[in-house]
Amino acid sequence: MNLRKLAIAASVSAIGLSAALVSPAATAAEEQFFPVLAYRTGAYAPNGAPWANGFVDYMKLANARGGVNGVKMIWEECETAYATDRGVECYERLKGKHGGATAVQPLSTGITFALTEKAPVDKIPVITAGYGRSESQNGAVFGWNFPLVGTYWSGADVLVQHIAKKEGGFDKLKGKKIALVYHDSPYGKEPIALLQERGKMHGFEVSLLPVAHPGVEQKATWLQIRQNKPDYVFLWGWGVMNSTAIKEAQATGYPREKMYGVWWSGAEPDVKDVGAGAKGYSALAMQHGAEPNSKVIKEVLASLHAKGQGTGPKDEVGQVLYMRGLISAMVQTEAVRVAQGRYGKGKRITGEQMRWGLENLNLDQKALDALGFAGVMRPVHTTCIDHMGSGFARIHTWDGNKWNFSSDWYEADQKVLRPMVMLASAKYASEKKITPRTPEDCKK
Amino acid sequence: MFYRENGQFKTTYQSDQQIFAIPQDRWAILAIIAFAFIGIPLLVDEYLFRAILIPFLILSLAAVGVNILVGYCGQITLGAGASMAVGAYAAYNFLIRIDGMPALAAILLGGVVAAAAGIVFGAPSLRVRGLYLAVATLAAQFFWDWAFLRVKWFTNNASSGSVSVADINLLGWTISSPTDKYLFCLGILVVFSLAAKNLVRGAIGRQWMAIRDMDVAATVIGIRPMYAKLSAFAVSSFYLGVAGALWGFVHLGSWEPAAFSIDRSFQLLFMVIIGGMGAIAGSFFGAAFIVVLPIFLNQMLALVGGWFGVEVSIALVSHIEIMVFGALIVFFLIVEPHGIARLWSTGREKLRLWPFPH
Repeated sequence: MNLRKLAIAASVSAIGLSAALVSPAATAAEEQFFPVLAYRTGAYAPNGAPWANGFVDYMKLANARGGVNGVKMIWEECETAYATDRGVECYERLKGKHGGATAVQPLSTGITFALTEKAPVDKIPVITAGYGRSESQNGAVFGWNFPLVGTYWSGADVLVQHIAKKEGGFDKLKGKKIALVYHDSPYGKEPIALLQERGKMHGFEVSLLPVAHPGVEQKATWLQIRQNKPDYVFLWGWGVMNSTAIKEAQATGYPREKMYGVWWSGAEPDVKDVGAGAKGYSALAMQHGAEPNSKVIKEVLASLHAKGQGTGPKDEVGQVLYMRGLISAMVQTEAVRVAQGRYGKGKRITGEQMRWGLENLNLDQKALDALGFAGVMRPVHTTCIDHMGSGFARIHTWDGNKWNFSSDWYEADQKVLRPMVMLASAKYASEKKITPRTPEDCKK
Repeated sequence: MFYRENGQFKTTYQSDQQIFAIPQDRWAILAIIAFAFIGIPLLVDEYLFRAILIPFLILSLAAVGVNILVGYCGQITLGAGASMAVGAYAAYNFLIRIDGMPALAAILLGGVVAAAAGIVFGAPSLRVRGLYLAVATLAAQFFWDWAFLRVKWFTNNASSGSVSVADINLLGWTISSPTDKYLFCLGILVVFSLAAKNLVRGAIGRQWMAIRDMDVAATVIGIRPMYAKLSAFAVSSFYLGVAGALWGFVHLGSWEPAAFSIDRSFQLLFMVIIGGMGAIAGSFFGAAFIVVLPIFLNQMLALVGGWFGVEVSIALVSHIEIMVFGALIVFFLIVEPHGIARLWSTGREKLRLWPFPH
């Protein structure tokens, strides 16, 4: 290899680099841009891909319905592979395109933590439907984070309520042992604080069993479970970790009926490889479960997939994670509608105006029915202070072929959650030197 | 033609012993530094700063640290990420536990703590070498990963194990905008690189190189291996600690131990191997290769697909990116096993004779 060729190759690629980085500044007239941080490769792809498909499909559906007062949704995907540094790079790459991102949904607790630092500077809301920092439901401190429809603390609280109901009351939990098998990352650690708080209240013991990324090595963990024989196992996994855990439970003979997953551990990719072995395993349903019969799914199939415009495989439409993506895109689209109501119908809104929309979201039953989400989820009502909007969840159980609901609605107990949220967010505010917003600030 | 030394005579020892003895080199380096300080902030947009330049600067600093240990002293380490983590968490604890602690002081103290930790975990190097030492330094990586994940004190009892810091304030200058952050990192990098360059040219650097080339012979001529090896571990860990603190404070703002995982250690080692062992400039080439190239490939592939009117799915793009990146690593290692820095210096030698090579 001579040096000249190398030098030519280097300069050619340098020219290419400058061409790639100088992106044309498109001035979109009435279009609303959303970056899609997806992961379709890597250890978490089986779970990341259906979410992204649902997310993109809803935006296509919203456009097919005529957009939001005529404003069309546009989007661009970027592959993060669930890695925080790549996610941040994707966010930086996309946030300024097409006149600026309206909101961002990272689908990773690690990326959420990183973007939480950037959101107030860039004035782009970070929507984390069902994940992210639990204390970020306090909008006074986390002005730009929206853990809509549920946080890990509300989820863990519902799980504890459910097993208390099964045991016949909270007083029966005394002396019980609950093992938390969790992904050893901020995501997996989120519920610990709440479980320990609840443990102190009711006298049950929480044992913590971390599983290292990506979670295929769990032999030692399940050996410990076999020795300690906990009364319940809570599973806080993601990607390949979930199916591995269920297989290990089967191998060690731990009853699947005593296992409860978080809503990220309760979808088809987690159980379908195990099939009948996962029968009886339950997980939280973040309001929705698998909803192939809902009105909105029928509409997606008719107006997108039937015409060959759908995203991803048709048979995954309506599955649990697909629905999660769909709902995530739906709340964001509805927030655009709310913001347009204040800042001008049929006009493009900015990230700041989007925040107002997200803080004044009022999806009542009528609105949900109209959108085709009847029976899929409950009303969501956010305020400037409460960025979660709804703390309801239910449980669904795998019967070997599909997920079926096995409980009524539960609501996370705000008496338990609120003090914890306030304490944690106050600590964050003091670390970051943030002055919490007052009700007067909210009116702006 | 432009790059030749005919007619340049050195009349003092001082001029003979400069870092860049050839005036053209000196001017070129000064011009690059001046451009980096003045030109780039005027030209570059936020994306390049936040996604490429700041990570590049910080990882270059870390690569300089690894290069001191691996390239100059010949001690292989797989604990580089751990040293960064120690620096970041130590700086964090100094900042929040001591009232009125300036952030820059906290960052430097983080480096000092990392240096101390580096000495402790470098001690096995007195007994074992080569691959065995690499395995011993792996212990540091696992130990610190464990400590920052499990010992709540280090993270100030954060419920999810993630810590965060406010913007740095340096003598009234609040470092919050991307340009500020870039200039701050660049300033530190320039100072530290100059210091490193001088260290490796001085007595201690010569000791390190003697140990690297043949430690028995070095001992015979009177170099104390314990002092030389442990000082290399200390200096290297100090650099890594400062880089880790910058990574946490400036680049991420909030981080968890995964930011300094074993992958980071491998990444830094690869930077040094590909960039060039035993060359400070190699650290920069290596960092550029590892940080910039994947992002560049990723964007290029989508763009090339666009030229041909093909919508390339992001999954395909990232698969191709990984394949091309791997192929390039193999290519560079075959073409020039001594790294890109050696390629660069060969090019410079040729340039000195150009256009009349005979």
